[in-house]
Amino acid sequence: MTLITDPTLHDRLMALAERQAAAGEVRGPAAADPVNVPMIRHWADAMGDANPLYTDAEAAAASVHGGIVAPPAMIQVWTMPGVNRRAGQRPTPVDEVLAMLDGNGYTGVVATNCEQTYHRYLRPGERPVPATRFAGLTGPKRTALGEGYFVTWNVTWYCEEEPVAEMLFRVLKFRPRTGRAASGTQDGRAREQEAGARRDSGAGEGPAGARPDSGAEEAPAGARPPYPLRPAVNEDTAFFWEGAARGELRIQKCADCGQLRHPPGPMCPSCRSAARTYAVASGQGEVYSYVVHHHPPVPGRQAPFVVAVVELPEGVRIVGNVVDCPPSEVGIGMPLRVTYRQMDDELVLPMWIPRES
Amino acid sequence: MRTLTEDQVEIGSSLPELSIELTPTAIVSTALATMDFTPVHHDVEGARAQGSKDIFLNILTTMGLVERYVTDWAGPEALVRGINVKLGVPAYAGDTLTFTGTVVGREAGEFTVEVRGRVSLGDHASGTVRFALPE
Repeated sequence: MTLITDPTLHDRLMALAERQAAAGEVRGPAAADPVNVPMIRHWADAMGDANPLYTDAEAAAASVHGGIVAPPAMIQVWTMPGVNRRAGQRPTPVDEVLAMLDGNGYTGVVATNCEQTYHRYLRPGERPVPATRFAGLTGPKRTALGEGYFVTWNVTWYCEEEPVAEMLFRVLKFRPRTGRAASGTQDGRAREQEAGARRDSGAGEGPAGARPDSGAEEAPAGARPPYPLRPAVNEDTAFFWEGAARGELRIQKCADCGQLRHPPGPMCPSCRSAARTYAVASGQGEVYSYVVHHHPPVPGRQAPFVVAVVELPEGVRIVGNVVDCPPSEVGIGMPLRVTYRQMDDELVLPMWIPRES
Repeated sequence: MRTLTEDQVEIGSSLPELSIELTPTAIVSTALATMDFTPVHHDVEGARAQGSKDIFLNILTTMGLVERYVTDWAGPEALVRGINVKLGVPAYAGDTLTFTGTVVGREAGEFTVEVRGRVSLGDHASGTVRFALPE
């Protein structure tokens, strides 16, 4: 069972990711409270951290720091939004990407990496300001939890204009396998907590071993490996791939003059209209020309294989593989009919097989 | 509490193990101390409604405990420069979180310790902590 919801989604995601990365660093609100000893003491108590330099003024004064310092791992604590999460928050460049993933079924989320670098220790009275930068989107990847995208962002904390700490944070946004989606939320600001919050959502219901640690980045045993070559799907070509997924060979058609054209494009070469629709072809054709590919090696394919230009009775030509037939038997004029091959869990490619004439 | 000196840190040596009982109080107090009020860290019903078996440790606390694990051993004046953590299974209330660590590198006055925090389900967190020792 293939699950192709929207062939344009990947391209739209990547375009959005590029825009968000180009937006650069976006500053959020400064810490509600400056670095202070009561919050440090509360934190150290809860953590069981007995380091005196965090709370004991005398011991701290005699130390390398010369005074009380905050534990470096508290950096994110200072700029947490508090109980009333939305108050005073500003959108970050990450929000829109997470929202688009949520809106397209990638509702599961699991935090996979948290990397913090501390340039120096903070002292009471300092008031860090976080700045978020969208760092990257990779996928779709097959993971133990389901198909997903890895979303990465960076936060830099500034005191005045000095960067004092940095964080890389990565989450996997996935399509839960069981279909019971983790509850989505629009509050992107609190993603890191939600990531933790929903860390086991989906995982607990998956097959044994499908836990986030058992390889968010590895395909589970027995899953079909992803086909390495992906077609370029965009606004002009999406209809074609949607058709392929449904077992239809769709040919672009001018909505004004009715002329068919392939490969798809934005404008009719005959009447210059940009209005377009498509027709479903009969699925018959014949070899107009072909090559037998022996070399170089192509990922995911076993040479030799046939790449043919197939002429359709509808009047256009289309490039495709001729399969289920030894290359030596392929010839110009050979009658063909279309077939649909499931390349992996996502991708269906139209191909051609010999037809009795 | 004394801080280690550079010649006391040997590549390949192990840190003493640290086990932390994850009582509900530990989960809740650390979540609140890190200003994380997400219900799954303090509300059992809320956590179950979301498919978790219980409340569990938040990520800011995981980072804090990893830091504490290394400075407990290296000493109060050890200067923590960075923590890189790969997050794994949830650390639920009622479980025990056990840290182990090994000194794996030293470069330009900076040491690297490899740390693993395990719970009954597997690795909760694994990664590295970088720190320097005062002259």
